[in-house]
Amino acid sequence: MSDVQLRLTGVGREVRLPDGGLLPILTDVDLTVAAGEHVSIVGRSGSGKSTLLNVLGLLDSPTSGEYLLDGQDTGRLRGRRRARLRGECFGFVFQQFNLLPRRTAAENVAAPLLYARGREFLTRGRTARDVLDRVGLGDRADQVPERLSGGEQQRVAIARALVRRPRVVLADEPTGALDVDTGRAVMALLAEATAERGAALVTITHDLSVAALADRQLRLDVGRLTPMTVAETVAATS
Amino acid sequence: MTGVLGVLAEAWGEVRVHRVRVVLSLVGVFLAVFAMTAVTGLGLIVAQVQQEQAERYQGRAATISVSGFDPATGLPPSPDAWDAASQELLDRYGVTEYATVGYGSALLRLPAGTQEVQTTDVSPSYGDLHRIEPIAGRWFTDRDRESLSPALVVNEFVLDQMGGGPFTGPRSIVLGGPRPVTATVVGVLENDGGEYPQVYRIDRSVLEAATAPRDPYLFGPDQLELWVPAAQADDVVAAVSSDLPLLLPGGIQVQAYRMDSPGLAGSLDTLRLAVRGAGGVVLLLGGLGVFNVGMMAVRQRVREIGIRRSFGATSGRVFSAIMLESVVATLLAGVAAVALAVLVVANLPIEEWFNNGVPIADEPGFPVQAAVEGLVAAAGVGALAGLLPAVLAVRVKVIDAIRF
Ligand SMILES: Nc1ncnc2c1ncn2[C@@H]1O[C@H](COP(=O)(O)OP(=O)(O)O)[C@@H](O)[C@H]1O
Ligand SMILES: [Mg+2]
Repeated sequence: MSDVQLRLTGVGREVRLPDGGLLPILTDVDLTVAAGEHVSIVGRSGSGKSTLLNVLGLLDSPTSGEYLLDGQDTGRLRGRRRARLRGECFGFVFQQFNLLPRRTAAENVAAPLLYARGREFLTRGRTARDVLDRVGLGDRADQVPERLSGGEQQRVAIARALVRRPRVVLADEPTGALDVDTGRAVMALLAEATAERGAALVTITHDLSVAALADRQLRLDVGRLTPMTVAETVAATS
Repeated sequence: MTGVLGVLAEAWGEVRVHRVRVVLSLVGVFLAVFAMTAVTGLGLIVAQVQQEQAERYQGRAATISVSGFDPATGLPPSPDAWDAASQELLDRYGVTEYATVGYGSALLRLPAGTQEVQTTDVSPSYGDLHRIEPIAGRWFTDRDRESLSPALVVNEFVLDQMGGGPFTGPRSIVLGGPRPVTATVVGVLENDGGEYPQVYRIDRSVLEAATAPRDPYLFGPDQLELWVPAAQADDVVAAVSSDLPLLLPGGIQVQAYRMDSPGLAGSLDTLRLAVRGAGGVVLLLGGLGVFNVGMMAVRQRVREIGIRRSFGATSGRVFSAIMLESVVATLLAGVAAVALAVLVVANLPIEEWFNNGVPIADEPGFPVQAAVEGLVAAAGVGALAGLLPAVLAVRVKVIDAIRF
């Protein structure tokens, strides 16, 4: 087997509108992500970025095309197996942090391990604190999100995304709700911590400087995915 | 295994985080379970007390008293004729639970002087039929009939008068008369509602002839008590009334009637049912509160449910987490409510209220049945109230839930 982890071939996603018409959100998307690779996808608001990420993370299903995860056709997966695979393979980081309110940082980080089994489940408290240490929040483990700054909350979210050692981390505009400097620091941490664990990282952003941290940049434009031109890439990384 | 633990851990976490909301929603369930358990428990105790009381005097359902006498002379049939006829009757109808009762008198030689007391002369089976529980010693057995010293069971009042302190083992007492005999007290009963002597004597002891003869004019004829299923009581009364005279010498008239009040069991059942019904209604109202709060909680937690889905929570997990949250919470309320109910009922002066101040014979503890029912009802209401919220939670659209 190759080291290709995710492969989308001709993927489309349409939604049915209330008037009965079909609205295409993604059209004929081809995408491969290799193990440990960092890919960024840039696009305007409303271009379908979140939809694409949800498809990759098995939160949403394509209406056409094929999605292979580790060579396995995900179109055949339903219900429990789909949910289990999602929990085992993916970690999510959202723009709005999406921490569980009123639960401490440690409880938030441990939450995904509630759905793991055996040792992984039983040692969840210990594991959560270790990962919090890694993102530099060991001393804030018992704080509830309401008491943390935006940057700290997103670092808790990063720890939570990594706690089950996913093969792929999916980040949907992870710096979108942060100021520029905090955003850079958080993004650097996300890229580093993910690389450290050998997980692939797919980052969605409309910030070119964030995209520049990736191995490869793609552009999503009204549901169509294209590689960034050399000129664009140079502009972004300079 | 860890899957189950996971569900429990999650539900516990939810209850803990939302404790104020949970506690408020549970006030109703707590009060309902408390009321239901306390009232059911109390009702069961009172019903038990009343049943015991009734059975002690009238026999258990259904006890039929049979006796015979000659209307011309007022005398009962000769003991031999009566015994033969009643044995024939018992065999014919296959009655296995029965007792014989007669009344007589005895002269007790007590330290304070000789005293004549009325005695109840019974077969050992009389104890079962009337639920007699000695507080010391034992009730009669068949072997007492062979004892050369007639066996007696007396109440505490008689024991006190005999002197010699607490009852630690069989104790002799002389029965006076033309030819005094030494009888043996084998058991002691609680004073039953007053300070008067009560003496039970085994029937047909080998020395019966030596004890004071019974006077049928004074004490009436021997009675046979039949214990039969309540449904057959009327048939048995009819059959005995028609068959027994034919088995006895001519001229003997037979009386057979049901001793226990046939309505008692029914009315106690009705009481229990009413008490439980009332508890159930209160509980359902409490459950409605939990349900409302559960629905609200799911609407508020749509995003949270979406987030958990992204961790790989299956529909089953989402469902059981919400459901269990409801059950765990109501069960906690149930445990607290049952505990309080047990405490309260245990400290009520039940015997003062319902048994004329006489302590209840076999000290009924809090009915386990009522406690278990309280807990089961609490969990049931939790499950019922959690069902719709849980279904709603499963149907949350993940993508919509986590968008912004
Ligand atoms: N279920 C849906 N019904 C109707 N329109 C939708 C639905 N989901 C997404 N869209 C639309 O599809 C477009 C792409 O959405 P999204 O993937 O969230 O874009 P992005 O993340 O790039 O901003 C948006 O215009 C959005 O309004
Ligand atoms: Mg988006």
